[in-house]
Parts: sequence; C-alpha cells; structure tokens
Amino acid sequence: MDAGDIARALTRIAHEILERNKGVHGLALVGIRTGGVYLAHRLVRRIQDIEGATVPIGELDITLYRDDLSLRKEQPKLRKTSVPFDISDKIIVLVDDVLFTGRTIRAAMDGLIDLGRPAEIQLAVLVDRGHRQLPIKASYIGKNLPTSRDEKVQVMLEENGEDDRVVILKA
Amino acid sequence: MTILIRGGRVIDPGRLNAVADVLLEGGKIAAVGRNLTAPRGATIIDAKGRLVLPGFVDLHVHFREPGFEYKETIQSGAAAAVAGGFTTVCCMPNTNPVNDNQAITEFMLERAREAGLANVLPIGAITKGSEGKELAEIGDLRRAGCVAISDDGRPVMNSLVMRRAMEYAMAFDVPVVDHCEDLHLTEGGCMNEGLVSTELGLPGIPAAAEDVMVGRNVALAELTGARLHLAHISTEGSVRMVREAKSRGIKVTAEACPHHFTITEEVVRGYNTHAKMNPPLRTWKDVQAIKGGLRDGTIDAIATDHAPHATQEKQQGFTDAPFGIVGLETAWPLTLALVEEGILSLEAAVEKLSTAPAKAFGLSKGTLVVGADADVVVADPQEPWEVDPAKFRSKSRNTPFAGWKVKGRIKTTIVGGRVVFETTQAEQS
Amino acid sequence: MSLKRKDLLSLAPLSVDEIRLILETADSFKEVTGREIKKVPALRGRTVVNLFFEPSTRTRTSFELAAKRLSADVINFSPSSSSVVKGETLLDTARNIEAMQADIIVLRHSSAGAAETLACGVKSSVINAGDGWHEHPTQALLDLYTIRERGMAFEGLRVAIVGDVAHSRVARSNIYALTKLGAEVRLVGPPTMMPHGVEKLGARVFYDLDESLEGVQVIMMLRLQLERQGRALFPTIREYARLYGLTAERVKIADPGAIVMHPGPINRGVEIAPEVADSLSSVILEQVANGVAVRMGILYLMSGAN
Repeated sequence: MDAGDIARALTRIAHEILERNKGVHGLALVGIRTGGVYLAHRLVRRIQDIEGATVPIGELDITLYRDDLSLRKEQPKLRKTSVPFDISDKIIVLVDDVLFTGRTIRAAMDGLIDLGRPAEIQLAVLVDRGHRQLPIKASYIGKNLPTSRDEKVQVMLEENGEDDRVVILKA
Repeated sequence: MTILIRGGRVIDPGRLNAVADVLLEGGKIAAVGRNLTAPRGATIIDAKGRLVLPGFVDLHVHFREPGFEYKETIQSGAAAAVAGGFTTVCCMPNTNPVNDNQAITEFMLERAREAGLANVLPIGAITKGSEGKELAEIGDLRRAGCVAISDDGRPVMNSLVMRRAMEYAMAFDVPVVDHCEDLHLTEGGCMNEGLVSTELGLPGIPAAAEDVMVGRNVALAELTGARLHLAHISTEGSVRMVREAKSRGIKVTAEACPHHFTITEEVVRGYNTHAKMNPPLRTWKDVQAIKGGLRDGTIDAIATDHAPHATQEKQQGFTDAPFGIVGLETAWPLTLALVEEGILSLEAAVEKLSTAPAKAFGLSKGTLVVGADADVVVADPQEPWEVDPAKFRSKSRNTPFAGWKVKGRIKTTIVGGRVVFETTQAEQS
Repeated sequence: MSLKRKDLLSLAPLSVDEIRLILETADSFKEVTGREIKKVPALRGRTVVNLFFEPSTRTRTSFELAAKRLSADVINFSPSSSSVVKGETLLDTARNIEAMQADIIVLRHSSAGAAETLACGVKSSVINAGDGWHEHPTQALLDLYTIRERGMAFEGLRVAIVGDVAHSRVARSNIYALTKLGAEVRLVGPPTMMPHGVEKLGARVFYDLDESLEGVQVIMMLRLQLERQGRALFPTIREYARLYGLTAERVKIADPGAIVMHPGPINRGVEIAPEVADSLSSVILEQVANGVAVRMGILYLMSGAN
C-alpha cells in the first residue's frame, strides 16, 4: 500500500464506522500504542470532515496486559495510557495498524474493560495479515494482505518522519 | 631423637645468618656449623634452598578451651600453630570460665602436654573473671605457669585497677598486657569509624578509642615502672605514642598483627564478616604507620591474635557476628610480604616472629644457640601456594585471606626435638 | 532499556538512566492508581514476599498494595523482632521462602548489609526496604518522584536534608540519588549526628538550620528518634526542636515555593511544627501516594524472568 492507498482506505473506514453506528452518538476511538494512535487521530479528523462532529479519542498502552510478561527476561518499557473520558456505555472503536495473531487486541480489550464497561467494542485495522492465534475478528479492515508467518509487516507514517506506506519485510 | 638439618640457610637473629647445619639431640640444640657429621641413627632433613629458623613465638592466641571447644581446642589450636611454624604460643584467658586461677592454668597446661605439639603457655587474667574490678590471684597464676597477665577481649577500663595491677605484677616480674580500647568510645561500633563506615551505614570504632588507652597505659607504665605490653596496636596514634614512650625509656613493648599491616577497612565492603575483628581494620595511613613501626623497632613483635569462630557465627549480619579471625596458618607468608616490599630484612622479619616476642615476655625461646630448646622451623621463602581455609589445621575457617595467592611455606616444624608438622607431598600444589 | 539487575539493594550503584527509567515507569502506575479499577495483571501468578524483621506498617502496606495492584500474590512474614534476631535465622528463613517459589522478596532488617547477605543467598530478586542505617532505596525514589511531579528539575536543585543524618537510611539513599542527578545537597544537624567524612559523598554540611535554608527549594526533614536521647547525641528534645525544628518562619527563609518533605512518621512539634506539616508547602501525603506507584514500577521492572 502506498500513501494514496492508505488515505483512501482510512476514508472508507471512517465512512463505514459512521454508517454502522448511525452517526457519532456514543462513539469514541481508542488508538493502541504505538501503531494505532496516529491512525486513530487521522480517523477522528476524517469523521470531523464528514459528519462535522468531534469524537473523543484515547491512547491505550497494552504492555501491562501482555500475555508474555512472565516469559520475558527484561520487562518492556511502559508508555502512558491516556483515556480522558468515561468509556462506560460507549461504543469504543479500537484502532491498530496491523492485525496479526490477535494477542495485542485481546490485551487491549482486557485493558479497556479495566477502565470501564463499554456498551460495545469494535475493531478497526489498516492491515489484516492473517495468522490468527485467537478468535479475534476486525470490524473494519483497510486491506487484507496475505503474508507468511515469518515475514514482518510495518506501517510507516508521516507522523513518524516516514513516507506513508506499508512494507513487507522478508524473514 | 636425633635430627640433623642439613644445608639450609640458618637465621638466628643477631647471631647467625648463613648456610649451615643444625644438630638436634635430646630435645636441645646440640650443634650449629658447616658440614656437621650425622650421628648414627639420626634423621636427616634436607634443608637445601630453605631457611632454618628458631620456632616462631606467638604472644597472642585464643584457644577456646575450656568452654568454647566447638570453635577450637588446645589440641587443634596447637596443630594450627605448628602448621604455621609457631612452636610456642601464649593463649589468652578469655575462656569459659576465665583463666583467673591456678586450676584452669593447670588444666590448659595438661591439655597442651597431651597434644604434644606446640608449647602452649597460658596468660592469666588481670582481674577476677576479667571483669575489671578485683585483681586475680596473680601470684598463684605465675606459680602455676602463666607467663603474662591480660584481660584480653576486654580492656581494664578502671585506671586505678590498672595501676594496681601493674604495681602488683612487678613482684612476679610478669608483663601486663592490655587490649587498648575505651569501651565507651566504641559504643556498639563494629568497624573502623571513617568514610567506609559512613557509606555502609555501620556504627564505627574511632581510632581514638585505642589511642586514648595507649596514652593512659603509657602514663601508668611511667608512673609504676611496670612492664607494659600493648596487644595488637593498629593506629598511627598508637605507634607514635609507643615510639615516644620508648625514647624516654619507659618499659613498654608492643605487638602488631599481620592483618593490620596487610589490609584496610576497604575489605569490609560487601559486609564481609571475615573482615570484622577488634581492633578493626583501619586506613591505609594506619597500615603505613604500622609498617614504619615494625621497621624502626617501635613495634617489637608480630603476633596473630588467632581468634577462631564457627562458620555459622560468622554467617550472621555484620553487626551481630563476633569479632576475630584466625591467623596462625597465614602469618609467615604475610610477614614475608614485608620483606619483599623492603620494609624488613629477612633477618628482621624472623626476629619479629621469634626472638623479639620471646624477649618481650622473658621466655627462653626464639633462638638457635647451642643448649636452647630444639624448637626449629624449616621454611621455604619463595614457594607459592593458595590459602584454602578448608585445609586449615584449625577447627575454624574465619579468614579474610581465603583464595589469596601467597609466597612462603612452612615445611617442617620441630618442637622439643620432635617433628610435629611436615607439609606432605599432597599439599605441594 | 530495562533494569538489568537481579536486586535493588542500594542507590549508590544505579546510573542516572536507571533512576530515570524507574521514575518514568512510575508515571504509568500513577495513572493506574488514579483509575476506578486500580489493578493490572502484569504480575499475575508471581509471588512477592514481604520479609519484615523490623515492624513497619507504613512501608509494608505500601509494598503490599503495590504488589496486589499488579495482581501478584503477597505473603507477609514478620519473624519475631526480638533484639537477638541473628543472621542465621535470616539465611535459613530466606531459603525456606525461596523453596516456596517466591519471585521477589522485600526485606526490612535492623542490620546494615542484611539485604545484600540475603540477595547473595537466594535466587529470588531482593528489594531492600531498609537495612539498619544503610539505605532505603524505594523511599528515596519516591522522594525523587514527588520532587519531579512538582515540576522541579534535579540539576542544580538545592535540597536540605535536616536531622539525624548519621543514623538515617533515608538520608543516605537520598544523598546518593540526588548528587547523582546533579542536585546540591545540604546536610543539616548537630555535629554529633553527622556521619564521619560525609562531605566526601558530595554534600555540604551545616550546623545552623537558618543559614542552610537560604535559597533551598526542597526541605527534607528526618524523624528524630526520641529513644536516641539517652546516648548523649543531643542534650534535650527541647533544645533540638529549638535549633533544628522546622517552623513556619524558617520555611520563609527558603525559596518561595519550596516544598517540605518527611518520610514519616512525623513527631509533631519536634522536628516539624504542626502548622508546617499541614501547610500547602508540605508534600508529605503526596509522598505516601507516590510510594505505591513507585513501588509498583520497581516491582514491575524487577519481575522479568530470572
């Protein structure tokens, strides 16, 4: 995917979110650190352009909810979680860049539920590369990219000083 | 038993320092000279390349019998002594019960006789129970065989009691040995007071705690004219005061321990209880002062203050662990290090371990003159070895020198004309 | 970046980066303690043992809360604190705990060096919660966190630590940490309570409190242990309070905006006047709140697979 593909995919996802949820009422976006945060902000801007309404946005660090903490020799660095609104009774759209095994999303859901009781949790991802290890399904997908298990998929973004694109790195 | 020690370098401090043979007969030195003929049936000991020295005399050991036999007995202590080249040791009275009477003295001498290894000469207590209040029966102790009096482990805090002890001891011509420490200044301290104790958060014993008592004792020695011997001095201040006192003719002698001229308070880092003893390890400046005192004769003798403690006792927290380290089996190589450093000549080093301590206590030991007791040690001055506490003859293992690579090994120790220790082949590695 | 250490025994060997990592990690946990559900599963299935040979409700509770909020299992051991608790017991007790698969042991003991002795004898991670007069690393870290939270930078910060410095593990840990981070540390107290050679650790010594407080931005008061009066360290509590007690007038000598800290428990009217303890400049309660977050951060960083 190049910059144009990414832009079009995000626009389509924004429309889909609004269509499915019939507008912005009760809606909030939560970007998963670090890949999903900028994408979540971009989606909020598009929703603003389309509906003329702002949607609350939060940033979630899932490190403390990882299922592999006890196996790692060194604990991974923590980043801050900042969800400055009450998520209870809201429709939360989790946003991430790449959906792979599904473990990150599982951790994100555990993290969210510790913050409150959402009415519904939906998932928006830019890339779904398959190879799920848990029964997790995205609600909104930018592009399905078939990959082999040992390849790496990286989403490069302008906000990080790169040109917008998705790269697949061979093993 | 007749023994001919052949071809070694014989050092009899002040008398001889040359390659010669030594003949021992009937428990005495029979002859010293070149190319002696071996009498029939004599055991020959080849001492080529080695030193033949008067058996070392340690003025300060703790053999924990009676009362603390699990740490050391007179037998195991005597075995450790001869393994370290010491043929005569003076053992302190802080046993349980304290050696403040004739019966305990006789018990200790009997135990030493049974062991048949080093000569163990008891030091009697100055005061009853070493409590520092009433004089012990010093006359009786002398008659029973004590060679000096001391309350070691503790100082005599009350200056009047110390004065009386010094005066009274003069009648029996025994030296009064004081462990110089003002207990009030010590106040729960467990290492030298200084930057290291500040960093480690441990209560400190200031150098002044020792200096204060050295000054007091020197003044009392001057007042009474008694024979004063200062145990284990460790500070710059002590050395200075002893030097000054001697220059004015006061009858004071002093000893220093190998750890006080080898290591400093830095060894305590990591809360190493094998670096905990009293007086504590001091600073580099104090170590230099001790070396200077040995070199110019201010410090007469090297003594070990061999203080065995059981492993589990030293495995406690630093403030709880008992004070003391063993020292008989490491004294020779640590003393030789002073020779290598140029502080002492080889002859002077040997003198500090034999002739001088004997003189300080008026013992007829520490010499190889014809007619003297056949207490001889054959030592190697160069052989490298590693200190392994597991191989100690002592019952206890508490030393800070474990794993040290040192030079100088005791090969054969002879007491009263009998070989009581030999380094076996198995240990030559 | 992570804490590549098995144990946290002392702040002396920590690098500036390691200290900063701990403080940054604590930020995340401060956020967690602000939530409705103050729990995260990060240490689920791990066992944290509080081994407190010296009684301490405050520190022990703080560690217990920290461990529980990380979903760890917590066990509290308080072996009888008779005056003759020997190190033999320490080593044997520790081996028993290790056999129970304790991942982290938090130790408080009256002997300096006890934590180090324990750490050498067990595979579990050991956190020193106070060993005799030696150190109390987590207290100093939460003190640093509190200062940082108030927006103060450490470089050039003027900090006065007032009281019985010689017998204070809190003081020692803070001296190491603050000097490392570039702060100017002033130690204030009677000469009898200043440890030998402490200037060599990079601090300035003052015997006059008023003089020392000029321009100071952080005033750290130490608790006067009243039982020490018998040992000729100071003549009376009255004189001590007059010379070294922090009154409202004295706070005015310091920088406007200066904060007052105290590790607790406070002796009102002795080292600190009640109105100062309750004033806006006092951050004493913030210290307690931050204690849980900082300890959560430390437990998290030390819980990697060993």
